[in-house]
Order: sequence, then C-alpha cells, then structure tokens
Amino acid sequence: MFHVLVALADEDRHGYAIIQDVAERTGGQIRLSAGTLYRTIQRMLEEGLIVEPRERPAPEDDDERRRYYRITALGTSLAKAEARRLAELVKMARARGIAPERA
Amino acid sequence: MRSYRLLLHLYPASFRHEYGEEMAAILARRLADASNPVARAIVGIAAAVETIGNAALVHLDLLRQDLRYIVRTLRRSPGFAAMAVAIVALGIGATTAAFSVTDFVLIRPLPYREPERLVQLWETTPGYSGMELSAPNFRDWIAASRSFESAGVSHSEALTIVTGGEPHRFQGAAISAGVLPTLGVTPLLGRAFTEADDTAGAAGTVMLGYRLWQTEFGGDPAVIGRRIDGQMDIEADTFTIVGVMPRDFHYPTASADFWVTTRFRPDDYVPLERSNNWLDGIARLRPGVTVDQAHAEAQVIMARLREQYPKENKDTGARVVSMREDLSARSVMLLEALSAAAACVLLIACMNLANLLLARGLERRRELAVRTAIGAGRERVVRQLLTESLVLAGVGGAIGIALAIAAVPLLSQLVPQTLPIAASPSIDGRVIGVALLLTLVTGVAFGMAPILRSGAGRDLAALRDGARAGGGRREHLRSALVLGEIAASVVLLVSAGLLIRALLAIQGTNPGFDVDHVLTMRVELPIPEYAPVPMRQAFYDRVLQQVRALPGVRAAGFISYLPISRFRGGIWPVKVKGDTEAAGDVRGANNVAALRFVTPGYFAALRIPLLRGRDIDDGDTRQRPFVAVVSESFAKRYWPGEDPIGRHFDFAFEDRTVVGVVGDVKFRGLERQSEPQAYLSAPQVKDNWITGYAPRALAIRVSGAPLGLAPEVRAVVHGAAPKVAITEVQTLADMVDLDTASRSTQVRVLGAFAAIAFVLAAVGIHGLLSFAVSQRTQEIGVRMALGAQPRDVVRMIVAGAIRLGVMGLVLGIALAYVAARSMEALLAGVKPHDFEAFGAAVALTAVMLIVGTLVPTVRALRIDPISAIRCD
Repeated sequence: MFHVLVALADEDRHGYAIIQDVAERTGGQIRLSAGTLYRTIQRMLEEGLIVEPRERPAPEDDDERRRYYRITALGTSLAKAEARRLAELVKMARARGIAPERA
Repeated sequence: MRSYRLLLHLYPASFRHEYGEEMAAILARRLADASNPVARAIVGIAAAVETIGNAALVHLDLLRQDLRYIVRTLRRSPGFAAMAVAIVALGIGATTAAFSVTDFVLIRPLPYREPERLVQLWETTPGYSGMELSAPNFRDWIAASRSFESAGVSHSEALTIVTGGEPHRFQGAAISAGVLPTLGVTPLLGRAFTEADDTAGAAGTVMLGYRLWQTEFGGDPAVIGRRIDGQMDIEADTFTIVGVMPRDFHYPTASADFWVTTRFRPDDYVPLERSNNWLDGIARLRPGVTVDQAHAEAQVIMARLREQYPKENKDTGARVVSMREDLSARSVMLLEALSAAAACVLLIACMNLANLLLARGLERRRELAVRTAIGAGRERVVRQLLTESLVLAGVGGAIGIALAIAAVPLLSQLVPQTLPIAASPSIDGRVIGVALLLTLVTGVAFGMAPILRSGAGRDLAALRDGARAGGGRREHLRSALVLGEIAASVVLLVSAGLLIRALLAIQGTNPGFDVDHVLTMRVELPIPEYAPVPMRQAFYDRVLQQVRALPGVRAAGFISYLPISRFRGGIWPVKVKGDTEAAGDVRGANNVAALRFVTPGYFAALRIPLLRGRDIDDGDTRQRPFVAVVSESFAKRYWPGEDPIGRHFDFAFEDRTVVGVVGDVKFRGLERQSEPQAYLSAPQVKDNWITGYAPRALAIRVSGAPLGLAPEVRAVVHGAAPKVAITEVQTLADMVDLDTASRSTQVRVLGAFAAIAFVLAAVGIHGLLSFAVSQRTQEIGVRMALGAQPRDVVRMIVAGAIRLGVMGLVLGIALAYVAARSMEALLAGVKPHDFEAFGAAVALTAVMLIVGTLVPTVRALRIDPISAIRCD
C-alpha cells in the first residue's frame, strides 16, 4: 500500500504505470501482480486514501480504457506518517549499529 | 489470454467488472514485453497462480465488508435480528434433537464389524413373531445351517459380588463363546471367552464391562487373572476375570456390566427344554448370503425340527431379522412421529423466517434500490442479503445445536432398551454436520426468497413507488406462508393433544392394585444357600414379622416378581381335567397363566382385592395340600359361571387347589394384555426347584412416605441375612411410572414442539398483519378521513386474519387427521378423530389468531388520518 501511495505522490497514474513505477524504484525487486495491485487499489479507494479523478489527463496521454488514480490528502498524510515511522525505525537501528550509515 | 479472462471469473463479479479489463490489459503488456515463448509461459503461469490466491483474498475482503455492514444494519433493528435468530434456533434445535435420536436408533450402523451381516434369530409361534430361542433348537438350527459364519446366544444374568464390604448386584449377560466373534469385537484388555470356557463344568470366567471395571476395580489393568466370588441368579461360583471390554461395547443392552459364559449342561438339551424359550440368538451371515436366504433356510430346518419333536415344537417357526431392523414397530413409529414433528417445526420456522425476510426485503426495497442506483451491482446486493441471512441462520443454528445438546438427557428416554447400543445418544460430529447443513440450507433458501422477490437491481420503480409499494403477488406469497404455518401448527397441536389424551388414558388405567404408599425392593436370596425351602421360609417369617412391627407398616409380603417390574414373563401351561386345550405340558394360546409364588400379606400390601374364598395363609405349608389363589380371568377361563373354589388344576409340576380368587393385575404393563395369574404359596414347591421364582420382591404398604422406611427395612433384612444384596429400592408408584416414561417423554417433546409451532404461527400472523397495517397506513388514513368508522378498520384488518385462520384450520385439521390415522397404534385406543384433541386445537388456533391480530389492529386504530396522508 505504501508503494502505491509513493507511486501516486507526484502524479496521477493508471494501474500499469503504478506497477512500472514501483518496479523502477525498487530496482525490479518488487513486481506487483495485477491482482494484488487492484485488490490494494480497491481497499484504498474504500478507505479514501486515493480517488479516481473526474478529469482525464492531457488527451495525448489518455487511453480510454485506462483508469487513473490520484492520492488524496488523507493518503498523503498517511504516506508521510508511514515514512516518518520507517525513518524512526531506521534511526533506532542505526543507533545500535545494525543499519547502514547514511550514504 | 482467453483462459486468463476465464480465470478472472474467480473474482467477485463487482471486482471483475471494475478491474477485469485493466488486469487483462496489464497481462497483455507483460506478455508482449516477454522476449521468448518460455518467458511468456512463465508470465502466464504466474498470472494464473496469483489470480487464484488473490481472488480468495478479494472474496474475504468483501465478506469482511458485508459483515461490518450487516452488524451495523442489524444493530439498527435488533428486534428483527433477535426474532430471526430465535426462529432459526428453535427450528434447528428441534430438528437436531430429533435427528440425534432417530439417527442413533434407526439410521447409524451398529458399532460392530460389518454390522449389515449381523442378524437376530427368533423362534415364532402363532401370534408371536419374536420369541426367544430354546437351547436345543438353537444348537440344531446352527448345526444344520449353511448361512451363518458364526452364531451365539445370550441371556440376562445378574451377579452379586462383595465390594467394599457390601454386597452389590450388577446386571450382565451370560453369552456363549460364539457371541463376541460373531459381533467382531475384541476385548480392551485380556482375552475373549473360548469354547473351553463355555463347556459344562468349566471353571467360572467373567469379562468386565468398562463401567464396572472403572467403578469397582479402579480401572486397574492388573485385574486380569484376579478371582472373584460371585452369586448369580441361581448359582454361586468363583470367576476368573479374563478380559475387559471397550467402553462403547453394549451387549445385549446398554445395562450390561459384565459377561459370563453360558456353560450349558446336558440337561439343558433334553427334549422338554425345546419349549423353554429364553435365549437371545445372533448370527453373522456368510459373505454373499442375504437375510432372506437365511430366513428361507431357517424355515426348512425348523420344519424338520417340528417333525422330530412334534410335541415340543408344535407350531414353532423361525425368523431371521437384520439386527439393525430388530426394533419394535412402536419404537420405529415413535421416532418417525418425532422426526415428522421436528420437520414440521423446522418447516414452520423456515416459513416464518422467509416471511420475516420478505417483510424486511420490502421495507428495504428503497434502500436497496438506492444502493443499486448509486452503483452497487445486483450481485453485490444479492451477496450481501445472502450473507445477512447466513449470519442470522448461523447464529440461530449455533444456539439451536446448544439447545439440542441440552435436550439429549430428556431424549434418551426415547431410545429403546432392546438395542445393543449406548443408553443415550450423543451429539457428535455427524449430528452437528447435519445441523450445520440444515442451517446452511435454511440460510440460503430463505435468504434467496426475498432476493428473488425483490428483484434487486432492476427495480428502479421502487424508488418512485414510495412506501406504498406492497405488491399484490408478494402479499399472496406471504399469506400463503402464514396459512402454511397455521396448518402445520394445527397438525402439531392435534398430534400433541392426541398423545396427551393417550397418556392420560393409560395413566388412568387401573393396574389392578393400589400403587400409592408402597415401598418395594428386591432381596437377592442367593442360591444354592437358599435353595432349600425351609431356609427361605425362615427368612420370610423373620423379615415379615419384624417389618410388620415397624411403625407405619400396614401390610407386607413377598412375591416372585412384582407386576410391571423388569421381569414380566413367567408364563406356564395350565392343565385342567376335561379341558382339551389345557391338557398338555406345552404352552398354547389359551392354556397359560403367569406363575407367582407369594407369602401371606402380599395381596394386602398391594391392595389387590380378594373377590372370593381366602388369601394364602401361614397354614399353607409343604405338609398341607398345595393351594392357589387365581385371578378373576383365570377362574372365568376354566370354570365359567361356576364356583372355582375347591377346583383342581395342574400347574408348576403339582396339583393345586383353588382357595381364593383375586382381581386381575396388569403385570405386563398398562398398555398390554396380561395373561391370567395363578399365585401359589411360597413353601409349596420342591427344594431346589424353579428357584428363579422363589419370592424375592418385598412389598410393604405404609401409612407415610414409603422411602422413609427403607433404612429400617434394610436393617431388618440384613439382620436376617447379612450377605444378601438389596436392589431396586423404590416406591411402587415410581416403578409403574417408569412404564410410561418413554410415553410421557414423547408427550413432553411433542408438546414442546407444538408449543413452539403455536408461538411461531402467532408471530407469523402478527408479522403479516403488522406489516400490512404499516404498508396500508396511508390507505387507512384516507378511509378514516372519508368517514370510515373504527369498526370498519377493525373489520378490514381482522377479516383477512380470519380468512387465513379458517383456511389454515381446515387444511390443518385434514392433515392432522391423516397424521393421527398413521399413528393410531401409538394412541392406546384414543380415536384419531378424538373430539377433545381437535376441539382443543381449534380453540388454541382461535387464541393464536386473536393474539396475533391484537397488536396490529390496535395500531391501525391509532392511525391519525391527517399525519398518515401527509407522511409520504
């Protein structure tokens, strides 16, 4: 879910674009399957973390069949909170010397 | 690609519609990106695998979502939820309880190896199709037969052993060596009996039942090989414990706690023994042999035995029955009636539930239409309604199963005592499985009804309709359901009423003696110690003298067997000079009497009326002429219209003179025909002869509470014979009540079912009318505004109810009559068209109608025309 939120943080994307974005960012380590993705999307829609925007992107990028998703304010704050939590965890681990030093 | 689209059908339809296209598109891109066929295959397989796993997760998501929604909506209408759960609980509870007993007794295979090959062997005489076997006839039958792999016989036996310083008596059986191999059961510990154990003169051996092993021997495995001194019915011996049987072994009945061997002696096989029918025979069919073949073969063999022993085997036949089916027709019918009643209750519950859900469906039509309109697919709505009814059914079913478990102790009264199974059914996985299945079916079937009816999804008209939407057809369906409920409850009310009448009729039967204020017990005088008559006589004299001296004792006496006690046989042939039928040593239909030895005081203790002549008295000793007191029917049979006093007859190996006539006693039970009775004086028998009939049952008439006197009587008996076991200490009234216990249980169960049906039907009427009133609020308002009087409103509401009630009643009465006819054998002479039972059912149905109609009518009358018209 976090990966999807991150993927939508900068722009609206459709399903395949989210998969690609996640794969790129993780160096191909995480390859979301279509089922996992849409199950996650459905739950996020229900929980109000993302929406399907009414306006479509610029016509040259648009594909009629595609459905685009946009992060909501709630989704953004959740993503931020999660990022903070993860950062705290890394900090704690680093203090005990079990995480890599900042590059 | 096409197969992927097919796989997508694993997802819920709403999810598939929403994302299916996209998912297919993504797979298409991935396939296109794959460089070679192998990579493409891997992509395809991975997609298939993840689809299956993911689809399940999506279903779970939806379920969670639906459950949340259902909990929310049900919390808003707790009355509906509670009602639905209660209805399902009653229906499932009744059905599960009934099924647990029916399955246990009628359906489930017996707990033996290949039970379908086990058969029960019977002899027959005209008018009696299930007579026990005689030892020589059994031996010859099995020797000549080719149908059986193995066979064995048993008879009940009692064993008194001294444990903890006190003599205790246990019920068990003597079994021949063939019984355990025939059943295919092996001991838990030790060994089974061998042929050597079961021959005349062999040392005593005993196998312990699990219960006895636990209670008296502490479950000690070292018990094997231990020797115990035991007193059986007519002999004492030392028995070596050779084995312990498993906990679930019950043979021939659940009450057996031990087994010894039969050890038949040569004199058990003399020709005269052929008419001594006392053995239960079982056999295992050879593979491939049918019950019918074995039965046909038995006819041939028995015909030959009739030729060989024309006197002893006169009119004797043989019968082979599958052990599973060896149940009395009454037991079977009783359980069938129970099952039918339970099915009726479930049916009523289901109709009620369907009605409830239909009403709710109508109320929620707008809600559903709104949800459909804002994009919930029909499938989502259906799924949710179905989940809801399954949740309601599930909770109700769980409570119902708990109710059934609680009812098992009561229901165990309905288990016939003649089967080799445990005394009480258990609610096990099998029963719970059936209950869950029923619950599931109930949930699905009655969740579907409103869905099919509401036509959720296409029904945008509902949005426009407003609250007036009632729907004519729907009303008809709901009315039909309520009609069915009324009819079914009438059937149950009538059936319960008839059985109550039958029970009352039986309990009102005069048994021929006064059951109140009598203490009874059995004093197990051991043989051979008490085989000589003077030994017994000294005991009787001492005990009776001391008991009669106790405060509050009015009369006391001993008899061989009390009427309506465990043993109700003892039928012997009567010989009377000049009577052609009563001429031989062989029992016929019209020359028999029940043999009982009594001491003075017995008739007074039971208040059996002395009609003529005198009672047995202390002067009727062995030195005096042998006398008899006979029952009225005995006197009428042999000396009709004449004075029987002073007449002679030959009975129990001696010539007897009639000195008195007493009233007839229903010693076989309140519901059965009993043979004439002949009472003989206790000492007037040869030493060591027919010691089984030596009086052992003590009856004491007291002025106060009978059981209060028991300790004093015990002390008296033990003072006279310290090592004698005292058993079956109870009041005569309790003993007689036991005779109708299964029947009163049956009445209670059916009564409970009828009560449930009654309440459910009333609830159904109430629900139907309440809903109709709420649907017609506006109409009623308009009518009242236009001048309709309260009377007219009441008529409008009540007319429908009365129409339903009358139709339901007519249908119900017709069905009830059919049901009553089919269970006529259970009715103990009460006619299937019994006026009281039907009248009571009609009256109760009227009450049901009034109760069900009351609240909705009052509510209709309270309608305020102005607000009613304005409200939509």
